[in-house]
Amino acid sequence: MRGYVIKRLIGMVPTLMLISVIVFVVIQLPPGDIVTSTLDRLQAQGVEISAEQVQNLRAQYKLDKPMVLQYLYWIGNFVTGDMGYSYLYSRPVNELVWERLGYTLLISISALLFTWAIAVPAGMFSAVRQYSVGDYVLTTVMLVGLATPSFLLALLAMYAGYEWFGISIGGLFSPEYRDAPWSLARVGDFLSHLWIPMIVVGLGGTASTMRILRANLLDELNKPYVVTARAKGVPPIKLLIKYPLRIAINPFISTIGLLLPVLISGEAIVSIVLNLPTTGPALIQAIVNQDMYLAGSFLMLLAILTVVGMLLSDLLLAWADPRIRYE
Amino acid sequence: MSDNVLEIRNLAVEFKTDTGISKALRDVSFDVPRGKVTAVVGESGSGKSVTANCIMRIIQPPGKIISGEIMFSPIRTDPYDIVSLVNKDPRLVDLRGDLISMVFQEPMTALSPVYTVGNQVAEAILCHRDVTEREAWNEAADMLMQVGIDDVPRRIHQYPFEFSGGMRQRVVIAMALVCHPEILICDEPTTALDVTVQAEILTLIRDLQRELNNSVLFITHDLGVVAQLADQVVVMYQGRVLEIGTVRQVLKDPVHPYSQGLLASIPGLASKGQRLETIASVVGDADLLTSYPLTRLKDGRQVSLAPDLLREFEDE
Repeated sequence: MRGYVIKRLIGMVPTLMLISVIVFVVIQLPPGDIVTSTLDRLQAQGVEISAEQVQNLRAQYKLDKPMVLQYLYWIGNFVTGDMGYSYLYSRPVNELVWERLGYTLLISISALLFTWAIAVPAGMFSAVRQYSVGDYVLTTVMLVGLATPSFLLALLAMYAGYEWFGISIGGLFSPEYRDAPWSLARVGDFLSHLWIPMIVVGLGGTASTMRILRANLLDELNKPYVVTARAKGVPPIKLLIKYPLRIAINPFISTIGLLLPVLISGEAIVSIVLNLPTTGPALIQAIVNQDMYLAGSFLMLLAILTVVGMLLSDLLLAWADPRIRYE
Repeated sequence: MSDNVLEIRNLAVEFKTDTGISKALRDVSFDVPRGKVTAVVGESGSGKSVTANCIMRIIQPPGKIISGEIMFSPIRTDPYDIVSLVNKDPRLVDLRGDLISMVFQEPMTALSPVYTVGNQVAEAILCHRDVTEREAWNEAADMLMQVGIDDVPRRIHQYPFEFSGGMRQRVVIAMALVCHPEILICDEPTTALDVTVQAEILTLIRDLQRELNNSVLFITHDLGVVAQLADQVVVMYQGRVLEIGTVRQVLKDPVHPYSQGLLASIPGLASKGQRLETIASVVGDADLLTSYPLTRLKDGRQVSLAPDLLREFEDE
């Protein structure tokens, strides 16, 4: 097993190198750079900048060097953990990413738990009571949920939160706590804001998770090993969880790894609507403004999380299913 | 205490499907004598397995027991009617796996692929006895040894896919017998196995039956197996019982035309090179489509025959 993991880790290196080149080239592809977009902005405000100042800016950002050197400079620093400087936010990229990644992680994980807490029992019920009234009701509710765009849900949730629960609209904090240092009260304020993004982001995946679980379970429910276990006298609920459910969740285990990259890129629209300080909106801003280091770092992190996530999925699946482990 | 561990009376089962109601069992009545091997024979769809599933009460929707009773007289507890038990009845828990257990046709899929063999055998004990995990595993190991698994200390921690078909069926048999049930139901346990392995498994079932002295209900369509194992034979067709008798009676001298046809269709050395008999000529007979009550003949066997045919035997 250890040998397998090491082999996979080594295999990641060329993949990631190739991706880094592609990421860098793609970011450079559009005409202009951060300096030209800054100039445009300044000129629109009526500020005049001399050609010499432009040259200095370019030199400062190393934009006057050939592209290969720029790439090497960027990737060299990236490998040592320095992701560069964001011109857009005028802050080091590291600071920006870690700060936003923390909130993103919290929202994504709570949303995932919410999804599973709803979808797994609902899927189990729907499968066991196939074609019952309850099955149809659940399926209808879930399909409505699936058909509702999450940004619309976000707007509705904000309205409901403000109208009925008196929670300030958007963001993860009330205005008075936004820049306050961490304290118990601030944590409480954070938790009272967390549930809206949790439900909005979580509901999006609930319907599909439930439907997939229902279909998987229906495939397993009448397998001979389930009948054997029933004939053995295993009580119904334990039977359902230990035998068919255990097999039916394997496809989900194999997709857990794919959730890692979604952490960074996912739910950008919801985050913009809800004004959440997560990574999604920052990634979009960075790409729009050609904030090279920020965009590049985000995309590289995305790539790393994808390959690490795939490895994680494979390991989890091997842990969960002995048939794979022994192949 | 009754001599019969099971007395099945007028059992009827229906499956509601999109195309209508299918009567899987129409009117099934037979006894399972204590400490003996009773074979149920019949072609596919005759209702053999449905009968077995009724005894375990594991008929799944859309199947439903419409009427009838299954009187169960265990040694350990008072007799009761299995059909009348409600789903929450605690006796149902004791029934499944403890008092009656079942070996299924497909050893390749009858065990869950994600749990070790030991886990699944020990679970049968843990479901019914108040013992620790360790005690259950020890008992499971003893039982696995008894069914002829070699190197149990190592094998008990392996997964079903690391076993061959015959070995898996031994595990399933161990799982079924580990609680020492009073009735063992075998639903075509050798159909999916190689011929040589079939013989081993049959010998194992017979030896264990003699050793444990339990009652066995053996479902098969293989009359050779019946001859080897059974004391009593029940012939089923289209959800009905046509003939019940001792092995000698039914296999040597069948009375019912369907039983005769069934026997004639066995390929034998004497008929080598000839066309095999089919039962088709019998199937079309009005005899088989109308139901006649089981009547006991003078030699003790029961048969479901048209009155004119029946008179012939009674006049003898």
